[in-house]
Amino acid sequence: MEQGALLTGIPAAFFYLFALIAVAAALMVVASRNPVHSVLYLILTFFNASALFVLTGAEFLAMILLIVYVGAVAVLFLFVVMMLDIDFAELRTGLLQYAPIGALVGLVLLAELVIVLGGASFGPETASVIAQPIPDLSIRENTAALGDVLYTEYVFFFQLAGLVLLVAMIGAIVLTLHHREGVKRQNISRQVARTPETAIEVVEVESGKGI
Amino acid sequence: MEFFTTWVLPALIIIGQSLLLLVALLVFTAFILYADRKIWAAVMLRRGPNVVGPWGLLQSFADLLKFVFKEPIIPAGANKGVFLLAPLVSGVLALAAWAVVPVSEGWAVASINVGILYVFAISSLEVYGVIMAGWASNSKYPFLGALRSAAQMVSYEVSIGFVMVTVLLAVGSLDLSKIVLSQTDGLGTRLGLPNTFLDWHWLALFPMFIIFFISALAETNRPPFDLVEAEAELVAGHMVEYSSTPYMLFMLGEYIAILLMCALMTVLFLGGWLPPLNFAPFTWVPGVVWFVLKLSLLFFMIAMVKTFVPRYRYDQLMRLGWKVFLPISLAMVVITAFVLKLLEGGAA
Repeated sequence: MEQGALLTGIPAAFFYLFALIAVAAALMVVASRNPVHSVLYLILTFFNASALFVLTGAEFLAMILLIVYVGAVAVLFLFVVMMLDIDFAELRTGLLQYAPIGALVGLVLLAELVIVLGGASFGPETASVIAQPIPDLSIRENTAALGDVLYTEYVFFFQLAGLVLLVAMIGAIVLTLHHREGVKRQNISRQVARTPETAIEVVEVESGKGI
Repeated sequence: MEFFTTWVLPALIIIGQSLLLLVALLVFTAFILYADRKIWAAVMLRRGPNVVGPWGLLQSFADLLKFVFKEPIIPAGANKGVFLLAPLVSGVLALAAWAVVPVSEGWAVASINVGILYVFAISSLEVYGVIMAGWASNSKYPFLGALRSAAQMVSYEVSIGFVMVTVLLAVGSLDLSKIVLSQTDGLGTRLGLPNTFLDWHWLALFPMFIIFFISALAETNRPPFDLVEAEAELVAGHMVEYSSTPYMLFMLGEYIAILLMCALMTVLFLGGWLPPLNFAPFTWVPGVVWFVLKLSLLFFMIAMVKTFVPRYRYDQLMRLGWKVFLPISLAMVVITAFVLKLLEGGAA
C-alpha cells in the first residue's frame, strides 16, 4: 500500500465498520455498570483493532494482538475481575468526581498523539524517520520483514524487553511464595519407584490378637 | 458491471465456499459423534447407538432434533446476555478457525500467509466460551469448572505454541499450505527414497508429535483431561445450567474444536493432503480423501484414549503441562534451531 494513500471502496467501508465498533466498544468499557461486561467489551475492542491491522496489511501484528492480548492478558483480567468481591455499584457513584481528571489525562494523550503523528509540521527532519517504507508483500511477507529488523538491528532492545519481563515474573513469584512448615508434598519419582516389595508388608496375625 | 465483477462475484464465491465447508464439516461432525460413541461402546462390549436409522447411523441427527425442540431454561440468577453469548462464542469460534485449513491443494476458504497463527489465535480464544458460561450461570459448580478449565487451557496452549514453533522453524513459513508442501521433501528423500510418509514431520520431529497430541487432548478438554466437566466432582462443569440448543452448541463447539486439532496435526505432522506413498496408484486418489482419512485416524486415536485412560487428577495435569511438556518443547525449539543452523537452510 502506498504511504499516505486513503482506503477507498469496500476496504474503506470495512474500515469504518471496524473503527466504529471499536470506538463504541471502548466507550462501553467505561460506561457499562458491570465490570465483567467492561472486560468483555474490552475484548471486542481488541478484536476490532486487530481487524484494522489486517486492513492495513499488518497481518502478523493482528494475530499477535489476538494471541497475546485477547488470548492471554484479557483472560487474566477477566479472572481477576470475576474474583473481586467489591460493591461496584458503590464505586461508580464517584464517577462524576473523577471525570475532570480523566478528561485531563485523555487530553494529554490526544495532544501527544497529534504531536507525534503530525510530526512533519512540528519538525521537518522527523518526517523521514516516520516514513519507513513498508516492503511490498510480493517481495517479503511482513512476518519475515519484521524478523529482519527485530533480530538484527533491534536485537539488544528485544533482549532487554525479554529481561524486563523475566524480572517482573520472578518478582511476582517471590512476592507470592511462602515457605510453610509441615506441608505434605508429593514426590512423584518416589511414588513411581514404589514396588510391591516396598509398599506391601505381609504380616502373620495370630488369631485373637492384633498386630 | 465492474462493481459486480470486482466485489459481488468474489463475495458470492467466498460465501458459497464457506457454506460448502460448513455443511460438510457439520455433517462430518455428526458422524464423528456417532463414531465416538460406537468406539466407546465397542471397547466396553456394549452395542452403542443402534436404533435410529441403519446401525444407528442417524442417531446424531435425532439428537439434534431433540435438543432443538426442548425448552431452553435460563436460571433466574443468571446474567442473561452473557449466558446466551457463551455457547455462541464457543460454537462460532470453533467453526471460524476452519476458514484457513487447507483440506486439499488450494482448497482453503481463506489462504492467508499467517494461517497457523490465525488458528492458534482462534483456538486460544475458545477459553472465553467456558469462562463466560461459568460466570454467567451464577452457580458454584459451573464457576469452579470454568476456573479449572481456564487454567488448564491456558497452560497447554504454551506447549502447543512451542510445538508449532519447531514445525515453523523446520518449514520457514506460517502458511499452512506451504507447511504441507514442505513435507514432500524430508528424511526419506534424503536417503534417496521417493516421497513417502517417512518425509512427513511426525518422524523428523517425533517427540513433538506426541506432545502435540497430548496437549491437544488437554486443550479441547477431552478425557483423560476432562476435568472441566468431571462429573464425579463438578456434575458437568460450566455446562451444568445449560439445556436444549445452547447446550448443543457447547457440544458442537467441543467436537469441532477436536476435529480442528486433528486437522492441525494432519497438516503439521502427517503431510495434510499428501498421499502416504507419493507415486502412481496413490496419487490418483484426490487429496481431500487422504486428508479425511488421516483426520479420522487421529480422531480414532483420540476416541481410544477416552476409553482406556483414567482421568488425571488436577495437580497431575498441571505438573505434566508446566514441568514436563514446557521444558521438553522449549529444549526442542533450541535443538531444532541448532540442527537447522548446522544443516544450513535444509528443511528437516
